[in-house]
Amino acid sequence: MNTLNDCKKACKVKVVKLNAPSDLKQRLISFGIMKETLIEVLEYAPAKSTIEVKVGKMRIALRAQEAKLIEVEKI
Amino acid sequence: MNQEEIKACPVIANHIKIALVGQPNVGKSMLINSVSNAHLHVGNFSGVTVDKTEVLFDYKDYHFTVVDLPGTYAFTDYTIEERVTHDYLCAEAYDLIINVVDSTSLEKNLQLTAELMSMSKSIVIALNMDDEAQKENIDINASYMSELMGIPCVKVSAATKSGIEGLLDAVILVKEQGAQEAKLVFSEAVEEEIAGIVNYLTKHKYKAVNSYRNIAINLLKNNKKTYAKLHDDPIWTELQPILIEAAKHVELHHDSDDIKEAFAEEYASFNRGIVTEVVQQEISIEEKTLTEKIDSVLINSYFGIPIFLFFMWGLFQLTFEIGSIPMDWIDAFFGWAGDTIGATIANDDIRSLVVDGLIAGVGAVVLFVPNIIILFIGIALLESTGYMSRVAFLLDGFFHKFGMHGQSFIPLVTGFGCSIPAYMSARILKNDRDRLLTLFIIGFMSCGARLPVYVLFAGAFFAPEMAGNILFIIYISGAILGLIAAKILKLTAFKGADEPFVMEMPKYRLPSIKLIWHTVVTKTMMYLKKAGTFIAAASILIWFLSNYPHSDILETEYASKIEQVATEEEKSLLKNKLAEQLLEQSYLGTIGKFSEPIFEPLGFDWKMSVALQTGLAAKEVVVSTLGVLYALGDDVDEENSSLIQAISKNISFASAIAFIVVIMIYLPCLAASIVFTREAGHIKYFFYLFAFTSIAAYSLAFVAYNVVSFLTH
Repeated sequence: MNTLNDCKKACKVKVVKLNAPSDLKQRLISFGIMKETLIEVLEYAPAKSTIEVKVGKMRIALRAQEAKLIEVEKI
Repeated sequence: MNQEEIKACPVIANHIKIALVGQPNVGKSMLINSVSNAHLHVGNFSGVTVDKTEVLFDYKDYHFTVVDLPGTYAFTDYTIEERVTHDYLCAEAYDLIINVVDSTSLEKNLQLTAELMSMSKSIVIALNMDDEAQKENIDINASYMSELMGIPCVKVSAATKSGIEGLLDAVILVKEQGAQEAKLVFSEAVEEEIAGIVNYLTKHKYKAVNSYRNIAINLLKNNKKTYAKLHDDPIWTELQPILIEAAKHVELHHDSDDIKEAFAEEYASFNRGIVTEVVQQEISIEEKTLTEKIDSVLINSYFGIPIFLFFMWGLFQLTFEIGSIPMDWIDAFFGWAGDTIGATIANDDIRSLVVDGLIAGVGAVVLFVPNIIILFIGIALLESTGYMSRVAFLLDGFFHKFGMHGQSFIPLVTGFGCSIPAYMSARILKNDRDRLLTLFIIGFMSCGARLPVYVLFAGAFFAPEMAGNILFIIYISGAILGLIAAKILKLTAFKGADEPFVMEMPKYRLPSIKLIWHTVVTKTMMYLKKAGTFIAAASILIWFLSNYPHSDILETEYASKIEQVATEEEKSLLKNKLAEQLLEQSYLGTIGKFSEPIFEPLGFDWKMSVALQTGLAAKEVVVSTLGVLYALGDDVDEENSSLIQAISKNISFASAIAFIVVIMIYLPCLAASIVFTREAGHIKYFFYLFAFTSIAAYSLAFVAYNVVSFLTH
């Protein structure tokens, strides 16, 4: 299973499933991260603790823990 | 703005009350500014508008009331801002909603619009940032969009102030003619279920204010209020199985067990449809935007943190280096003012009150205005450019290790300016435990009011070229102590699961000089106002406590002694001694002496003990207290008139370090403590804070005093 956290910098993926608990899922959705959403990985913070991704035109910062809950496939 | 005030403003005929809603960073506050020429603080990170702000103005024949609601991505009630906005929109009386959207990022912004559309209120959409959209070659067909959505859409730009009148005209039109029902179209599967419910409601002639379609949508979405309403109706028994079946179908269609997720996907595809229809963008080869280019440097895994530390270091250097230039002038001015005004007053007591009490006390505080201005400019720059969010990104990994959240950074950095807004901005943390933890740590970030104390001591004990570095070290070590304290608290008092970190990184924007100017002026005026009122009063009180009761015995005793000695030198020596003894037996001296045993292990004399206690009222008072106390003891000696010299002469290096440590850690000022208690939600937290900071301050100062004493001997 591929998650957003496994992606390398500059890689583009499509969301397959959100495995997050309800609260976090709502939060992700309100940021536009849901099934079929295209995501581009922009940058990693030191020690890969946080990642910056691009969804549409919005840049979003996520912790690695949360990125692990987003199942993706390469496009 | 409290609830009563809002309710006191009735919705009457020629009055339009507007709720301004939008996602964060779409320029809501800026739009209000250009509409009404009001001045709200515009920030570029989530959570500037936590309280709702109300602005009044007139246009054509109407009185407008605009309520600026906190920015919210969706109605998930995830953060306090979302809750404030959602509650307001559902429960309060207003005429219509202006939904501000970012034209350059329409699809994402319409997600909130879709939720607003299901509320059956009148809406006007403001397509903001039109100027930026044009630059990016984005062309939105606003009239077609209005037609498709059934909502008037008006292009505006808060930055260039274009289209504002058009927006207000559209609002008036909706007010006068009423709005048509917004056209929110779902996928076939969902539309089928909605039609089924609508049919049922029509068949039973259910009485309702909202349209059946609207009720059906809200029932499907599990809207609690709609449920509650229908629950008490006899049709409920029949309706319930229909609903369960319908929800099952929708979930099946979306391959999800979460109806909210299903609806979010419905909205998203509706919005995609709208955007495809109305937006024409010249497709440019996807090159990196300016923001991404800047980001690739500023949040680079290797350079990001060093660059951030450099910015911080530079800020403190500037605070000291540039700030010290006008300080000399201010110092000279108050010295001159004291002499000139003092010369016109014949009565000894009154002259002392004005010169030593009022002018010395207030002067000591005003002296630091230049430093404060520079620090505020720095923080305002961080906020308005969007860099603050990058720092949260860079530091989250680090903060997380200490049990905090990357977003804790925002209140913590605000804490360098003033603890009060810092306590309030901690609301951006959703999780109560995380918020409480951050609230406890904010005090470790030295606020602007403590800066004067540091500048004073750094100036007294270090060479001028070192003072900026010392200041930097003080701030950084305060922050490090804060982190350690956070870890300890996280492991003991605030155990529990972590809050997820999901945050938007806004576009970089050039800071508006006008806004920064406004922010800085407001904050500086607040500081000066405090100097003119609260601190002036405190100075007078301290002057009184330090001058009374008079001791005639001492005065006559020394008067005869002074007459007996021949040289001027001996005379001034005796005068000094008299002043000191008078001070010691004054009220303040008594208080100081009483508490001296407590502070003795830290190497403090009674003057320093008193200054610390007065600092509980406001940190600025520490300096003015020292100013009054040492000015009284010293004013005989012309050579050593300045407070900095008095301090370096009277206080040992080790005691000074211990003093700084206490100032860094102990309880924030009275006003901040009140805000802390309010934000923490219970008075018991104030006592925890008091105990926690007092113990930490005392023990660390004790260690510092003994280590430095040992090293310097």
